[in-house]
Amino acid sequence: MSATGIGAAVRRKEDLRFITGKGQYTDDVSRPGQTHIYFIRSPHAHAKLKRIDTKAAAAMPGVVAVATGAEFAESKLGGLICGWTVLSKDGSPMKMAPHPALAVGKACHVGDPVAVVIAETLAQAKDAAEKVVIDYEVMPSVVDPAKAAAKGAPQIHDIAPHNTIYNWHLGDADATAAAFKAAQHVTKLEFVNNRLVPNAMEPRAALAEYDSGSESLTLWNATQNPHVARLVISAFVGMAPENKLRVIAPDVGGGFGSKIFIYPEEVVCLWAARKFNRPVKWTAERSESFISDAHGRDHVTRAEMAFDADNKITGLRVHTVANLGAYMSTFSSAVPTFLYATLLSGQYAIPHIYCEVDAVYTNTVPVDAYRGAGRPEATYVVERLVEAAARELSIESADLRRKNFVKSFPYQTSVASLYDAGDYNASLAKALQLHDYKGFGKRKRESEKLGKLRGIGFATYIEACGVAPSALVGQLGAGVGLWESAEVRVNPTGSVELLTGCHQHGQGHETTFAQLVAERLGISIDQVTVVHGDTDKVQFGMGTYGSRSGAVGMSAIVKALDKVEAKAKKIAAHLLEAAEGDIVFKDGKFTVAGTDKSVAWGELALAAYVAHKFPTSEIEPGLKEAAFYDPTNFTFPAGCHICEVEIDTDTGETSIVGWTAVDDFGTVINPMIVEGQVHGGVAQGVGQALLEHTVYNDNGQLVTGSYMDYAMPRADNLPSLKVDMTVTKCPSNPLGIKGCGEAGAIAAPAAVMNAITDALGTEKIDMPATPAVVWSALQKRNKSRAAAE
Amino acid sequence: MYAFTYHRATGLRHAANMLEKLEEAKLLAGGQTLLPTMKQRLASPSNIIDLGEVEGMADITQAGRSVTIGAMARHNDVANSEVVQKAIPALAYLAGLIGDPAVRHRGTIGGSIANNDPNADYPAACLGLGATIVTNKRKIVADEFFKGLFETALEPNEIITKVTFPIPKKAGYYKFRNQASRFALVGVFAAKRPSEIRVAVTGAGASGVFRVPSFEEALKKRFSPKSLEGLTVPADGMSSDIHGSTEYRAHLVGVCARRAVAAALEKGGED
Amino acid sequence: MPSVSMKVNGKDVKADVDPRTLLVQFLRENLRLTGTHVGCDTSQCGACVVHVNGKAVKSCTMLALSAQGADVLTIEGLAHGAQLHPMQEAFREHHGLQCGFCTPGMILTAVDLVNRKGNNLAEHTIREELEGNICRCTGYHNIVKAIAAGAKAMGSGVSRQAAE
Repeated sequence: MSATGIGAAVRRKEDLRFITGKGQYTDDVSRPGQTHIYFIRSPHAHAKLKRIDTKAAAAMPGVVAVATGAEFAESKLGGLICGWTVLSKDGSPMKMAPHPALAVGKACHVGDPVAVVIAETLAQAKDAAEKVVIDYEVMPSVVDPAKAAAKGAPQIHDIAPHNTIYNWHLGDADATAAAFKAAQHVTKLEFVNNRLVPNAMEPRAALAEYDSGSESLTLWNATQNPHVARLVISAFVGMAPENKLRVIAPDVGGGFGSKIFIYPEEVVCLWAARKFNRPVKWTAERSESFISDAHGRDHVTRAEMAFDADNKITGLRVHTVANLGAYMSTFSSAVPTFLYATLLSGQYAIPHIYCEVDAVYTNTVPVDAYRGAGRPEATYVVERLVEAAARELSIESADLRRKNFVKSFPYQTSVASLYDAGDYNASLAKALQLHDYKGFGKRKRESEKLGKLRGIGFATYIEACGVAPSALVGQLGAGVGLWESAEVRVNPTGSVELLTGCHQHGQGHETTFAQLVAERLGISIDQVTVVHGDTDKVQFGMGTYGSRSGAVGMSAIVKALDKVEAKAKKIAAHLLEAAEGDIVFKDGKFTVAGTDKSVAWGELALAAYVAHKFPTSEIEPGLKEAAFYDPTNFTFPAGCHICEVEIDTDTGETSIVGWTAVDDFGTVINPMIVEGQVHGGVAQGVGQALLEHTVYNDNGQLVTGSYMDYAMPRADNLPSLKVDMTVTKCPSNPLGIKGCGEAGAIAAPAAVMNAITDALGTEKIDMPATPAVVWSALQKRNKSRAAAE
Repeated sequence: MYAFTYHRATGLRHAANMLEKLEEAKLLAGGQTLLPTMKQRLASPSNIIDLGEVEGMADITQAGRSVTIGAMARHNDVANSEVVQKAIPALAYLAGLIGDPAVRHRGTIGGSIANNDPNADYPAACLGLGATIVTNKRKIVADEFFKGLFETALEPNEIITKVTFPIPKKAGYYKFRNQASRFALVGVFAAKRPSEIRVAVTGAGASGVFRVPSFEEALKKRFSPKSLEGLTVPADGMSSDIHGSTEYRAHLVGVCARRAVAAALEKGGED
Repeated sequence: MPSVSMKVNGKDVKADVDPRTLLVQFLRENLRLTGTHVGCDTSQCGACVVHVNGKAVKSCTMLALSAQGADVLTIEGLAHGAQLHPMQEAFREHHGLQCGFCTPGMILTAVDLVNRKGNNLAEHTIREELEGNICRCTGYHNIVKAIAAGAKAMGSGVSRQAAE
């Protein structure tokens, strides 16, 4: 391993601009003559738009234009779409309701944009917005997914009776029923997987500009996938042909899924920029983010796990109602289905699994992928069941896990996934040792002396990353392929621009991708510049989400590098007057095997461009290669997280007093960055488990609409974390990478709740386990214990 | 924010005159509550009178058995004041728990008290210590100053100039935070004064800061957390929201009171 | 429109502003110093932290007019030319940032913390003092490490010299 190559904890190349204030996020970009747009949003969860009077607003100082959904509709542009078609059990397609960029006829959730004001300054736009008179007729609304399909619930979209988008299932119902019939023990639990607000620290933003000379549009957008944004806005919305629409995703301040999707705001900015021929800028205020960024999770689940007399898991049955909100967001349909049920086998050999998912509309903000997307929900179901079962069966939960682990690979689960490699015993064993699991009993007694409860919980999780083989996802209903692209442009002096279809918004690609290229070509990482996030510069790429940039994006880079090397060898053969097959490339030098004849990388690059010494009729001048890589399987990162908590029984406050994570991400390019991903993922999972609560009241108002009520994890909510790794390489991609971005968020909620239920001695508690919730669970537990005595 | 006209006060009298004369005028002290409220367009003063440059309004002094804190003293100044730390350490401790470090550099005691947020810390200290709020017109004892949610005895044109805190024999504060806002979900200030015991509660009450006579009575016998064992307040009259039911808040009042008394005994203060 | 003048990163600046201009807007829009960010509208996230007269404040919760005559330091003014401030260096060295959006506020909060509490900071002190700064990426683990190291470096002769 070189000092900056694969496996080296290289400090990040991109940091200099961020620590000196030179990052360029969308809101930092300004264009000459730019206007500001303000979105007027429905204050009601469900309301007819009877009349909108914009006259007074249009006359306000600084106002360029006021527009409503009706005017936008006149443009004949399309609405927003969900790009993944999921079929119901009966084969019927999901019920995708129209999603206009500006509401027409009625608004379906608090925050649904109904009109816009464009003005010289944002303050003027806001002042004028108050003069827009909107006559709403408030209609009954429903926010609770468990009630959305019930008889008498208000219907939100004509296309979807009982607000039901699909009734989907996976697995063999009959075989699973038989397994339960034969079971010696069944553990049953009910869960609410709480709705989360993603809260990337940079709010979403868009700046659109129209160039009437070239009739082209440019959109600066805080997005995780600029090409996908361009494709959807071009092909489905019909804004402009792709060649007349440039999407630039500059520095993006976190995404966590919420910036994958195509939202109304960027569409309206583009439309307005062309219509009024002025640049139009929008940056969400945080309170606006709360009611307009796609939320995450929001499942209500009943689940049961069957065991035989030997404590082997014989079956798993799950029923989930998934709340998709008022409209179907870009990838919403896939999250509670293909990204969820396919992971329900966990790390265990479970012969029979059957899962049903009912997806429903409610009068809430749309729900879509949020860090982990389906996999945290699956892990939560499986890991809480296993932990609860261990308690019911009075067996050490680590032993129950070991007994049921998948031990030989490849392993075909009963829910379609094909696990390719792993060693679940290894990560569990290492975690137990690192955590000093043996010392837990002593620590618990010490806590008890102080009047506190102490608990320990595990999550031995699995996830599917490296999304995804294109043909496979196509069969499953995806509207796109999920390959990735890369282009290696070698300059005549040997330095390299690497263009990638991935997009970084915190992941450190500018460093890790450079490490890969530099090691392969034997050059310094300073000689490699990573270019991404601009559809005018980079060839089509699918963007960054689902922990795919290492496994898929870097595989594309490897393919491009292979091509570069192959061509370079051809040139080297001419330079060295040897046979191509005798050329060896190592440590930045092309050598004729068995001789000391060689040419250095830099000389070769120059030779490729001056093209004096090889026949250009056979070999084209230059050195630049592109590649598209399509994965052949998902990757399956897995690991073991152990959480230890202490609970103050007087206040119900839970403190996390210890955390150990041992993850198997396959090959690690930069351990410093990978550990950072684990830290951040764990924090988000802890947030879900202890703090983050998205509450709608019965009128559909978001009660937790700002940081005053939505508790974000802060530094003092978390301990320092012990993070380590085990490695089994992924066999399906050239580097052996599995992916690391979501693991923490997937493992953490289950680990925390297993620790809390361990401490409390009751399973009857849902996330977030706030002090009030824990205190109340303790009161109930005490009452039922007293009653039992 | 709605448009407003900005006025920089050069002195207290100047500020008072402007407050009297200008339409819908509002004083700007540290702005840590007023500005967020204005940003959300929940307040729309036509005139803002900035007290930032008025001299002599931020002094912290001790005279005999009381400490006087100027209305414009920032939370950070109170938290780090040697005078306060020595005379009423619980008050310095409380000031150091308000908001966060950056907020404490701007927020002022006068602004906090005038706002009387039901979850703010200072009202508990004022009521718990039997403070006197001094304005440009009169003196108001804390028991008569805090009138309910965001309501005080202040008249429209009155300006708080300073707050005088009698030095207790012992005092302690315990704050149980709302995890989101970090304001007090429940905060209890307990003080043993030469003449009386006071227990003041912020965060929990449906109508703002209040005293708990039953706790005070119990502590008279012995100023110890043990005296409060098993005592609680009725859930009726507590506030309730997604962060805690009335029952939970009532329970926490007991917990926080015991911890405040324990803190008072630990940290001492002058005996 | 009233006029305001102040010193920002050592330079005198003066402008006529709408009274409702917040200090952060003045920095970002009038001066084009876009390193100071806005991450919330309730004064909680700390992405907008700058120093006013040597103290950390939330520039989203202060009127530009209230900064009349003040000495303001933003992230752009922290390094001395190409010589990074030790706290900037520590954030880079310890991977104390991912997306970078909260970073300017984090660094300026950290410098203020060291100014107030010295160079030897316990982990729990750092965690408590970060109450007003929210990061969604790092889980704070490496931010805490970076601040502890940056605090030490600020106290050592070499880096003090470097920072001057």
